[in-house]
Amino acid sequence: MHNAHPPLPSEITPPEIYARRRDFLKTSIGAALLAAVPSAPTFAAAPPFGAGALKSPLSTDDKPTPYKHVTGYNNFAEFGPGKDDPARLAHRLQTRPWQVTIGGLVKKPVTLGVEDVLKLAPLEERIYRLRCVEGWSMVVPWLGFPLDLLLKQAEPLGSAKYVEFVSVVQPEVMPGVQYRLLDWPYVEGLRLDEARHPLTLLALGLYDEVLPKQNGAPLRLVVPWKYGFKSAKSIVSIRFVEHEPRTLWMRTAPDEYGFYSNVNPDVPHPRWSQARERRIGEFFKRDTLPFNGYAEQVASLYTGMDLKKHF
Amino acid sequence: MVGVLKTLVFLLSLLPLAWYGWGMWQDALGANPIEAVTRGLGTWALNFLLITLSVTPARKLTGWHALMRLRRMLGLFAFFYAVLHLMTYLWFDQFFAWTEIAQDILKRPFITVGMAAFVLLVPLAATSSNAAIRRLGGRRWQALHRSVYAIALLAVLHFSWMVKFDQSQPLLYAAILAVLLGVRALWRERERKEQLAGKYQPKPRGRVIPILPK
Repeated sequence: MHNAHPPLPSEITPPEIYARRRDFLKTSIGAALLAAVPSAPTFAAAPPFGAGALKSPLSTDDKPTPYKHVTGYNNFAEFGPGKDDPARLAHRLQTRPWQVTIGGLVKKPVTLGVEDVLKLAPLEERIYRLRCVEGWSMVVPWLGFPLDLLLKQAEPLGSAKYVEFVSVVQPEVMPGVQYRLLDWPYVEGLRLDEARHPLTLLALGLYDEVLPKQNGAPLRLVVPWKYGFKSAKSIVSIRFVEHEPRTLWMRTAPDEYGFYSNVNPDVPHPRWSQARERRIGEFFKRDTLPFNGYAEQVASLYTGMDLKKHF
Repeated sequence: MVGVLKTLVFLLSLLPLAWYGWGMWQDALGANPIEAVTRGLGTWALNFLLITLSVTPARKLTGWHALMRLRRMLGLFAFFYAVLHLMTYLWFDQFFAWTEIAQDILKRPFITVGMAAFVLLVPLAATSSNAAIRRLGGRRWQALHRSVYAIALLAVLHFSWMVKFDQSQPLLYAAILAVLLGVRALWRERERKEQLAGKYQPKPRGRVIPILPK
């Protein structure tokens, strides 16, 4: 039970429950009972994962989406096509041990355990808007640090122009993989400057706790100015490459999902408009903002590019 | 007896509406309740369309002719849920932004076919009364109401083109529709052959449109 690294998602307790546990501990009756139960102190010893996380100035002021929706309404097609499939089935994902390899065009290929990754930098809380390509959005308080701090570990070569991310495949626990719902594994990619942008986050937690499995435990990408599917979950491999990676969605429907997939109200999905979105928890739709409201920070990455062509 | 059955089916047919109403009220429809309601009502419009289309085959197979007395009501429920489905789109999705709605209909094939299916349903619902049948005459009425086959195809297409990638549900609906239309084609072909063989004795004032030899 006493591990050097923080608890993994399989061990986490929902915040409401540990809050209640604290109330319980505060009472003298609780303390008396505690003395009689030898194993109880081990629970009490673990502080919340996000305790002491730095509040990032990059956070939005938008109101975070309730925890139950952030962790109950997910696209993680490895676990099935339904929005509630991940919350029902992802608990079977094996996240321990977990290693992520960083290779390709690098000076120093490395393989890191998630516990090593956690030591790279202090956790920050970043409250980001998340816009799904399907037309809904959320506000998620992520815990993590800039992806660049991880990428640096491998010392990318000058020839590296893009970064490819590959998500885990565990067929035995993933019905969507068993049914070949899509052409697995899940592959995503970013241009190098996008990957190293200060907004691009390596998330290891949300809402003060270790990243729930349905949200892409133990570590995932968060690129807040792009449609949600660009933010690959449960990453096992990061590769620096020379050419634009062919992502899973580009292979599946090249006319519908482009490499860039920046949130853009002016470029409709071929089957639906992207001009507006339904924020989870709100009744009517709201206008979608260019680059999901992060234009000030990221628009300069795309100067001179025809974003209708490079959708 | 048929009256009791009809009342029962009527009440049962309102259950989906009651469920979504209750779900909205109790916030029991998940993170995206509007989407759940919009899709749910659309699914039920399609369900009722297919249920309506299964009345004739069911009657032929079971010989229980009383089933025919339910068909009009079931068809009208298909229209009822289609109206509600369209309303949720116009109101909650687009908030009556007519330019955007027009663009959607013109530019998004899944909305184009969905809207086509709805528009084609309107005359069927409008001519569902006995008076309308009398006014049109049985044959013309029947010819008009055969457009329901095309409507069902459009509705399944609408569903299939809307789905992001998992086609299992649309395929299931397509398979059921294929069976429902397939048995009709089969029976019709059999009748045609019998007619050609001279076995078929047309009733003097039958309601069935005579099938001409190919």
